[in-house]
Amino acid sequence: MSYFRAENLSLHFGGLKAVDAVSFAVEKGEILSIIGPNGAGKSSIFNLISRIYRPTSGRIYFEDQDITEEAPYDIARLGIARTFQNIELFENATVLSNLLVGRHRHSTTQLWQELLFLPSVRANEKVHRRRVEQVIEFLDLEPYREKLISGLPYGVRKVIELARALCSEPKLILLDEPSSGLNVEETDDMSFWIRDMKSELGITVLMVEHDMSLVNRVSDRVIALNYGRVLAMGSPAEVQQHPDVVAAYLGA
Amino acid sequence: MRFLFKTDYEDDIRLFPHSGYVVSYGLLIAVLLAAPYALSSYLMSQLVFVCIYATVGVALLILTGFTGQASLGHAAFLAIGAYTAAYLQKYNVPFPVYFLAAGLLTGAIGAMVGFPALRLTGIYLVIATISFALIVEEILARWESVTNGNEGMRVKTLSLLGVAVPRDSPTFYYLCLAVLVLTIVGTLNLLRSPTGRAFVAIRDSETAARSMGVNVALYKVKSFAISAAITGLAGVLFAHKLSFISPEMFTLQLSIEFIIVILIGGTFSLHGAVLGAIFIVMIDPFLTYLKDDMPGIIAGVAATFGAGKDAAADVQSKVAAFASLNGLKGAIYGIIIMLFVLFEPLGIYGRWLKIKLFFQLFPLYKRATFKRQKIYVKSERNR
Amino acid sequence: MRQAVVKSRGLHREDAAMLDFVQQLVSGVALGCVYGLIALGFVLVYKATEVVNFAQGDLMMLGGFFAFTFIGMLGLNYWLGFAAAVAAMALFGMLAERVVVRPILGYPQFSVIMATIGLGYFLRSIAGMIWGTDDLKIETPFSQGVLRIGSLVLAYDKLSVIAATVILCALLYIFFNKTTLGTAMRASSENMLAAYYMGIPVKRVVSIVWAISAAVATCAGVLLAPITFIHSNVGLVLGLKAFPAAVLGGFGSIPGAVVGGVLIGVIESMAGFYLPEGWKDVAPYIVLLAVLLLKPEGLFGLHVRKKV
Repeated sequence: MSYFRAENLSLHFGGLKAVDAVSFAVEKGEILSIIGPNGAGKSSIFNLISRIYRPTSGRIYFEDQDITEEAPYDIARLGIARTFQNIELFENATVLSNLLVGRHRHSTTQLWQELLFLPSVRANEKVHRRRVEQVIEFLDLEPYREKLISGLPYGVRKVIELARALCSEPKLILLDEPSSGLNVEETDDMSFWIRDMKSELGITVLMVEHDMSLVNRVSDRVIALNYGRVLAMGSPAEVQQHPDVVAAYLGA
Repeated sequence: MRFLFKTDYEDDIRLFPHSGYVVSYGLLIAVLLAAPYALSSYLMSQLVFVCIYATVGVALLILTGFTGQASLGHAAFLAIGAYTAAYLQKYNVPFPVYFLAAGLLTGAIGAMVGFPALRLTGIYLVIATISFALIVEEILARWESVTNGNEGMRVKTLSLLGVAVPRDSPTFYYLCLAVLVLTIVGTLNLLRSPTGRAFVAIRDSETAARSMGVNVALYKVKSFAISAAITGLAGVLFAHKLSFISPEMFTLQLSIEFIIVILIGGTFSLHGAVLGAIFIVMIDPFLTYLKDDMPGIIAGVAATFGAGKDAAADVQSKVAAFASLNGLKGAIYGIIIMLFVLFEPLGIYGRWLKIKLFFQLFPLYKRATFKRQKIYVKSERNR
Repeated sequence: MRQAVVKSRGLHREDAAMLDFVQQLVSGVALGCVYGLIALGFVLVYKATEVVNFAQGDLMMLGGFFAFTFIGMLGLNYWLGFAAAVAAMALFGMLAERVVVRPILGYPQFSVIMATIGLGYFLRSIAGMIWGTDDLKIETPFSQGVLRIGSLVLAYDKLSVIAATVILCALLYIFFNKTTLGTAMRASSENMLAAYYMGIPVKRVVSIVWAISAAVATCAGVLLAPITFIHSNVGLVLGLKAFPAAVLGGFGSIPGAVVGGVLIGVIESMAGFYLPEGWKDVAPYIVLLAVLLLKPEGLFGLHVRKKV
């Protein structure tokens, strides 16, 4: 059995088939990239997995469990974290509290305990804080701990979003265009981090990406989509030479 | 400028980041405890109202400021708390019991309001809370067997453990102060725990909060319940302070006053609730002062600058007539709200922070630090 | 409701019940048209700037007072005074937009709501200072007289409100859909920044929208004058009723606002007649909450989701 599996996943808006009977599987510990022209349905697949949209048909399995009907917030609890294409951070909060929200799925304290800030809450907070610090170290975010998101440049925000996802200690992470808006150097850093996430933290990565050099550097396998359908699947080189993929990109 | 060197994760969790805070807040508490021995009974009475308004302000901050759910219906929660107290008091229920009962009942009703509010955002939520408040007001006026209708209800003197606590006694003031301080401490505790962070997360991006495992619906309901419960507790004190309650005390006007409290104080910090409450409650003494003393002073000034006796008297009567115009309070409210929204959206506390930063950075202060960013894209319509 | 009772027309009592019903319906529709006109003001401003003008009712009140000044105090002819009041209020609407709203356009919705609440406070108390707190009445050509159809008696003042609402709606419909300025307004309501880049003078457009909405509010105020009196709080009272109307209509749709207004007016009038005392004032809000529960975007609203 595969680690993560989508079966015949479809998403229709009226007559528009944003995702049309897509099936794929992700093995534990691999980096799988989804590529495709604009409007191919890449982000829609992510939104289906994190339950922002309800699939028209099809099922999603994670660790042999059917998660198609789970509530959106339970997806994170199962160990699937994600980032967003256009950055969805908590603008008016500090970097630290953004990252601590990432720890939310590990919080066990009750409301009344928090109102009194009992020792158990304090102990938990210290654990969260330590974990967050490990992520800060991993992604070199030390200079920004106390800063408000609203005052930070785009590239840093992108990294913070990744950090927030990592703080939840996910088993599977969904990266929606991790390099968009980054310069060459930042993209380079990003590619190292993605590989480190796999090798050091043992996280499985599912990624939507346009930058083919990044895809080539980090991916184990690639899926190419167009008009909501799978065109090709395989190693980066195979997929790039696939005639349908070439045709889709060149618009032939 | 003070630099903090943190050596322990505890440093990020502590309520008081450094000893300076302990000293200044200790001093503030000492001054507040000594207040009954220094102030006139009128000012003491206003100070009690400051405590009550500030408690409601903190409650509203939790809901509106931190969770981002606007409410123009908090007067209704205050009313429910007040009426619960008055009703239970008739059956000789002791104060601690009806105090807590009022909090619990209001909290439960707050949660019930929270459920329908889950699907509403922005202007729809504002209107739904207004509707809720208007319906509660009408119920209070019509449910005569419990609320005594428009006749209103008398609230007996508070009795705490067998000792009577009159509404203008120092003990009552200490009680209100204690409720306020406990509310603030509880809220601060909440804000440094997962729940408080979840609230802020919901305010800034529901989508992201959800994807991080926050059960958005549950936390919104929690926020409504907590906010309503605190307001209900404040309602009990409000009822005792007024010693008489009737439906027309809990109108939309009062809800708007509560919003003004946090708007003027500053919606991003608990300091704002307290500063805003001081501001709102002190408008009344200010107007009295305007009416009683200002005309004489202005006439005096006019006389010293060479105006004749008749001219001075004329000025005095004109100023007096202006100051006692009907509805001057409304106009002042209106102007204050507009001025704050236009020129100081961060409120009094925001202004204070700017002044502080100005001196800390002295020659290097940049105005752009606090400049607001305009968002012309229609983001709010498709949230 | 009880219209089901009217089956056999032979019985006199049931005939009377039917007559009552129609009477209530007409006065409900008339009242509802006034709500609808205020709601129309909300919707116009909301569509153009995504700002909800909480002072809309107070603009209506001010319009009523202006008309009273022109007609009652200066002795102008009714139609002349009406036109003068509408023109004066249109200017006032532009002024209010320029001073209160434009500086904070583009900031969070709640700030702007608070600013208009402040404006409402200010207008109410200023009006109280200038015109006093008594109820004022305007003599209009429709103040007296009734239309009799069989045993049905309909007052002209109510019919005039309905007729005027229909005419105003038709005019606004033509304006928005057939003129260049109307198209510019719709464009800037979709995306202000994009409209600006396309060369639409967004600021002027917004200013004109405020002028129109103040003018519509004035019409409502003047039409209302024979039915209820004009006093400084009338705007607050009716404005609060117009909210449910605008929300029922979906807050973005011009016909929706009027339909919502009529619905609210009829509900209120029926509740006042058939239900025990006290229901009249809350019935609109109960209906509103029920609708919001079932359809959070209102009856005619569009639900758009944020893209991530």
